[in-house]
Amino acid sequence: MKYAIFLGCTVPVRNLSYELSARRVAGELGIEFADIPEFSCCGYPVKSVHHGTSLLLAARNLALAEEKGLDICTLCSACTSVLTETSRELAANEALLEKVNRSLRAIGRRYSGRVRVKHLARVFYEDVGLEAIKKAVKRPLDAFRIASHYGCHYLKPSEIYDHFDHPEVPQSLDRLVAATGAEAVDYATKKECCGGAILGVDENIALQMARAKLDDIKANEADAINLICPFCSVMYGANQRKIQAKYGTRYDLPILYYPQILGLAMGIDAEELGLSQNPIKPKALLAKIS
Amino acid sequence: MESGACAEKDRVVVTVLDPRFKYEIASEPGGENIKYCFQCGTCTSGCPVSELDSKYNPRRIIRMAILGMRERVLASDFIWLCSTCYTCYERCPQDVRITEVMNALKNMAVRAGYIHPAFRAQADLIGGHGRLYEVDEFTNEKRAELGLPTLPASSPEVAEIYGMTGLASLLSGKGA
Repeated sequence: MKYAIFLGCTVPVRNLSYELSARRVAGELGIEFADIPEFSCCGYPVKSVHHGTSLLLAARNLALAEEKGLDICTLCSACTSVLTETSRELAANEALLEKVNRSLRAIGRRYSGRVRVKHLARVFYEDVGLEAIKKAVKRPLDAFRIASHYGCHYLKPSEIYDHFDHPEVPQSLDRLVAATGAEAVDYATKKECCGGAILGVDENIALQMARAKLDDIKANEADAINLICPFCSVMYGANQRKIQAKYGTRYDLPILYYPQILGLAMGIDAEELGLSQNPIKPKALLAKIS
Repeated sequence: MESGACAEKDRVVVTVLDPRFKYEIASEPGGENIKYCFQCGTCTSGCPVSELDSKYNPRRIIRMAILGMRERVLASDFIWLCSTCYTCYERCPQDVRITEVMNALKNMAVRAGYIHPAFRAQADLIGGHGRLYEVDEFTNEKRAELGLPTLPASSPEVAEIYGMTGLASLLSGKGA
């Protein structure tokens, strides 16, 4: 299993603990990552401004992976969505591929349509598999109750993701959590959006969206939220204190990235998984396993 | 206002509607299926943004677009409120692909000179650094300390793409 690791914009600057734990745990499970420093923004943030530019940014990133003969593994759900969509569109539409290549030629790139894209959580779920994950667990997290936040672009639009999980009744993250020995907490707002995409447009609405979910997860007595997207993490982690101050609520709810959860269960040291760098310090949680 | 009366600002004046608007949307990437909409409201009923603020109402936006209310739609604040969660996209019985229709409308609004400042700021940053967040020296030092590979601070190829597609001139206000 070798992939080009696609960091995107937010992870390598704002979510270093996600990147650290992803690399550490993937390595342990036989997933090899190649770094391509020329990767840029995936193209997602400009899709609603200028579709043609988004398409070319995504196509250029795909071309860079293709030059190395590698498929792409993503850490951010929005990157997953635009890169997957573009990879599928260009594989199916020869006329569009030709048009894209006329533009890529001007920057010395070429894409032939061969690269496939998978989110790291899907790589764990499908390529590594639940059985192998269970075997890798050395320190089952029996004392943990963890609520998974699927976010939107990891699952939807489901037609671009080969329906590997159900957009209305998603299970992959809960199963991945259960494989570590932790209890996967079910809660009513599980599928709801974090609001991150409109944080800059209407902060009030965005924070209310994030708040509704924090309220629900807290009411269900989870010890932590399992996240797989850096922007969702901005909403539930970096903005958690802001939400507490604005609405007079109190959560102190640690956010963990799935590779951190899995890494802990595999017996990897918390420091190596970057846990001390998470926005909400998971002290009480760590006390449960020591 | 008497019951049954319609506020002036909400009145639809048929003579100023643009019947071509829906065809233009349908010729944009993502806008192709807009005319399939039969106004069932499944989109709005499951929309997490509509639930909190009724000024964002995807069913209504599509109705306005099909009616031909070009300016009211393109100059609006509400088209920028789609959180792109794709809930409506998954549930729409007519496969209108609403999230992508919203993207098409936003693309058209940008060309008409109505880019939302938050989206302009994002587009400017990516054009300048190749990324949404600049990888400055401090970030690279921190990355190196943690044993993570350092990253380039800019991407000339991304800037070239911005020039090629016309986005650079759109953002500078010179038109594409």
